[in-house]
Amino acid sequence: MAIAPANTELLELYEQMLLIRVFETEAERQYKAARIGGYCHLSSGQEATCVGVVHAMHEDDLLVTGYRSHGFALARGTSPEAVMAELFGKRDGCAHGRGGSMHLLDTDRGYYGGWGIVGGQLPLATGLALALVRQGKRNAVVCELGDGAVNMGAWHESLNLAALWKLPVVFLVVNNKYGMGTAVDRASAEPDLYKRASAYRMHGEPVDGDDLAAVIEASSRLLERAREERAPAVLEAITYRYRGHSVADAGLAYRTKEEIAQHQQKDPLLRVAGQLREAGVSTDDLRAIDERIEQRVQECVEFSQKSPEPDVDALAWGMHSQGSDEQFARMRPGSPFGEEELVFDGGLGK
Amino acid sequence: MSALEEQEQAPKTTGTERMTYREALRLALREELSRDERVFIMGEEVGVFEGSYKVTAGLMSEFGPDRVRDTPISEEGFVGAGVGAAMLGERPVVEIMTLNFLLVAMDQVINHAAKIGAMFGGEVRCPLVIRTPNGAGNQLTAQHSQSFDAWFAGCPGLKVVSPANPADAKGLLKAAIRDEDPVLVIENLPIYKEKGEVPLDPEFVTPIGLANVAREGADITIVSHSFATVRALHVAEKLAQEDGIDAEVVDLRSLRPLDMETVAASVAKTNRALCVEEGWPSYGVTAEIAARVSKACFDDLDAPVERIGMAEVPLPYAKNLEHAAMPNEDRIAAAVKSVLA
Repeated sequence: MAIAPANTELLELYEQMLLIRVFETEAERQYKAARIGGYCHLSSGQEATCVGVVHAMHEDDLLVTGYRSHGFALARGTSPEAVMAELFGKRDGCAHGRGGSMHLLDTDRGYYGGWGIVGGQLPLATGLALALVRQGKRNAVVCELGDGAVNMGAWHESLNLAALWKLPVVFLVVNNKYGMGTAVDRASAEPDLYKRASAYRMHGEPVDGDDLAAVIEASSRLLERAREERAPAVLEAITYRYRGHSVADAGLAYRTKEEIAQHQQKDPLLRVAGQLREAGVSTDDLRAIDERIEQRVQECVEFSQKSPEPDVDALAWGMHSQGSDEQFARMRPGSPFGEEELVFDGGLGK
Repeated sequence: MSALEEQEQAPKTTGTERMTYREALRLALREELSRDERVFIMGEEVGVFEGSYKVTAGLMSEFGPDRVRDTPISEEGFVGAGVGAAMLGERPVVEIMTLNFLLVAMDQVINHAAKIGAMFGGEVRCPLVIRTPNGAGNQLTAQHSQSFDAWFAGCPGLKVVSPANPADAKGLLKAAIRDEDPVLVIENLPIYKEKGEVPLDPEFVTPIGLANVAREGADITIVSHSFATVRALHVAEKLAQEDGIDAEVVDLRSLRPLDMETVAASVAKTNRALCVEEGWPSYGVTAEIAARVSKACFDDLDAPVERIGMAEVPLPYAKNLEHAAMPNEDRIAAAVKSVLA
């Protein structure tokens, strides 16, 4: 492939973005085929934000996200097989079938979870940052949240604590224009969400979340500041979600097909593909990448189908730490019907 | 400094010393702060102010503002910060001024801390301690007199302990700090000043999940925890002297895990049970104990399991109304007699 070294990186990032797009399309298909259950929130359209921010992270930086988490896990390098298997509720899933779509994680890569309660991950992210400071590490935390989360009390409390204690956190507000079906300006009295950082004397800035290079530039700069100066910041990535809030939402009650089509003209993948073509990557080369990614995602589906279901005998596995079985051993007399067999017999600790 | 002076200044590490519940908690904190660099305290007024109820008095000057960290009034924020720090292996001990205020951080306790072990398939642990007093009796009125122990003890993923005396205050807090899981330590305001003998051994801990027979007796088992145990012990002594009733008192100490073996063994001996708590009994700790005793001890029981707790009203201010609503010693004694009647 005739491509300048500088563009090898762009090609890799393009492949990551494409993986997210193809993965999400397949996840929706599998959801509709009832192989994936629960809530399933897709990142289609937001790929440049996921890949750009994660690319700016150092290996030892940490990440927490809300529940629209597939894209971030894939960008961080979590195996797509483990992500798909988690969506399938299988033993080889990244949370061993205990978490599902909203609760992906990969602690080996510093990903401390997708969290399902709007805003709940913010206080927790300040705690991760506090631990980094206490441990004398020069790393930072990326805390992803949606535009809906900025109206939660947890946002205020966390930004205040992060600023007060000089914690190395970048609060990444992924503004995809709607919190479920409520447009940002119908929910937030200050719809320029980054400006709300100023209430804490914190730096805030917006970025075109569909412009990969811009996202990388802004997040690299803010993460470096967080690491070097322990200065928290808000980065508002303005993007657009193509699909509904979750797979169960057609996404058309609160916006028009024309609006979606208009945003798709500025598609982040098409933009990067255009840059690659300008750099000499041929249409055939791009098609080959397409096919490879499609193939990989199909392998993820096959892997997930074959992966065994979690063992019912280990229902409570991991709920508590080692040694907890001894603490709970005396709880059995008078237990509710089935509790002993379902919970205690299989063990609580990992 | 002479050898003798040095010896006098070094803290004693053997035997016991008589101290208050509050001092026992402070001793546990000081020992654990000294033992493990990962332990740090965080909460409102824990440092400069020396603790709203002075449990942390002197600790900031001894260990510094990083390890005894004052927070703004942001319970959801700093409980959540404790959760996150614990996930990275720190040992945060978060103080909540009273249990009533933990409700504004409920999302972090129930939806986050309690879920981490199971929801992430055992990939992350959360060794967080939250310690907080509850308790009524000082005319603190409806918003500041509540005991929500059962709300937390009913949540899988949490451990909940509630000491009734100074030795267990030290032992259970230390066990909580050394535990790898989130533990809620529910203390009690009126008994902060109660005194008792406390082991000075820095390795002394009270095991989580182990109840204590606080008073042996033959006629009835009173199952209780925290301040209710203190009241139950007073009542038992009075009943022994005045009515010839010999009550056994089981102090639960842990609410989750719950030591039903000790409770069931006691009821098998006495054939009667009264459950006492300071919370509202409906759906409460006593409801849980009664259900389990009824099943585990069905053949042993000579009378229905009885229970008593706070009258089911928001606690009023007036002294006489407050007293009437509480599971006071007169009401507990009357309940014992009704079970034995």
